[in-house]
Amino acid sequence: MAKITVTVNGTSHTSDVEDRTLLVNYLREQLNLTGTHVGCDTSQCGACVVLVDGKSVKSCTMLAARCEGAAITTIEGLSTDGSMHPLQEGFWECHGLQCGFCTPGMIMAATDLLKQNPNPTDEEIRHGLEGNLCRCTGYHNIVRSVQYAAAKMRGEAVSSQNA
Amino acid sequence: MIPAAFEYVKASSVAQAIALLNQHGEDAKVIAGGHSLLPAMKLRLSQPAVLIDIAAVAELKGIKINGGTLTIGAGETYHAIATSSTVKNACPVIAACTGQIGDIQVRNAGTIGGALAHADPAADLTAVFLAIGGTVTVQNAGGTRTIAADDMFVSMLMTSLESGELITAVNVPVMSKGQGASYAKLKHPASRYAIVGVAASVTVANGVVSACRVAVTGAGPQAVRQPSVEKALMGTAGDAAAIKAACASAGADMEYLGDIHASEDYRRAMVKVYAARALTDAIAAARA
Repeated sequence: MAKITVTVNGTSHTSDVEDRTLLVNYLREQLNLTGTHVGCDTSQCGACVVLVDGKSVKSCTMLAARCEGAAITTIEGLSTDGSMHPLQEGFWECHGLQCGFCTPGMIMAATDLLKQNPNPTDEEIRHGLEGNLCRCTGYHNIVRSVQYAAAKMRGEAVSSQNA
Repeated sequence: MIPAAFEYVKASSVAQAIALLNQHGEDAKVIAGGHSLLPAMKLRLSQPAVLIDIAAVAELKGIKINGGTLTIGAGETYHAIATSSTVKNACPVIAACTGQIGDIQVRNAGTIGGALAHADPAADLTAVFLAIGGTVTVQNAGGTRTIAADDMFVSMLMTSLESGELITAVNVPVMSKGQGASYAKLKHPASRYAIVGVAASVTVANGVVSACRVAVTGAGPQAVRQPSVEKALMGTAGDAAAIKAACASAGADMEYLGDIHASEDYRRAMVKVYAARALTDAIAAARA
């Protein structure tokens, strides 16, 4: 067993974890943060993407024990004071999801993407989200959703019609 | 899927990691990015009793130029390398190659040392490392040694690293005027592993190709050089006709692996195509 102290969505947690516990299982089963999904479990689909110390990672392919001291952000940590994060709003406004299974991972990956590139082209968004698979939308509305959020985060007027 | 039980140890120095490797012998595995090892452990293809985590070892970080050599710490991630202005200027093919490995989450985790130590048959860096003629610095309890790229890859997933040894740095030549290198790959659309990847490095002097190294990954059990292509191109102008003639023998003398993504025959055909693309780009870069 390992004892880890991590900050998840701003709250410090000290937990005993089995050495082989994967970060995604720790988040879902010990912290009950089930917004992070397990899709393929083989680090290809991206449903489990979270931020660890600000970088997007696939939490199905990271050991919880490695995260000692880390600051982790999951989909549950994005909204503040009950108002949606611009990415959440973008996915809502631009119909960026259908079944919603891939959405938490898409949004967390897009968070990292927009931090590194606040004004991306559609092509750059598609490249930046290569690690996230969606089987419903065909990606078109996901790209629009990220453009919507990017514009809003740059302080520009936004509309689901022109994103 | 959850791996079989193991003991996790976070190493804080190279010396500690090597001491742990010696203490646990064959029962131990080193983990860096873990994106090759953890999937194998989930499938129980690998069941180490002890996992030595080197991701936080500061000595394995750093990117620096020393004379004509660019030295990249074994623990540097693909993303750090791909976005490093030092790497982009000194050896652009390394930045270009690491920038197209997997996806951003893989690049945030995976390391250059891990890629070369694991030697996946479909890894990208193995071919580039062979083509540009790099070396790895390896440390064990007794000291350090250097392994040249040509001596590194023994067979599928097997390198000439010995037990108790850890790659600490990867050294590649700084590209000078007249030199150019390129990596061209046919990628698997989901994993972005190389179905076929070809790396080429050339020197053009007085209008003719005076040095040339070509290596193939993805198509067979291990990355291999293409001596017949290299030889055929030497002394030519490196124009389209010379490249076409040289690539006629690309992939002729190597082992192939076929799978559900691409047959052996398809890979054999694509080696010629991607060898020509890599050589065309490398020669253009050498002339630039």
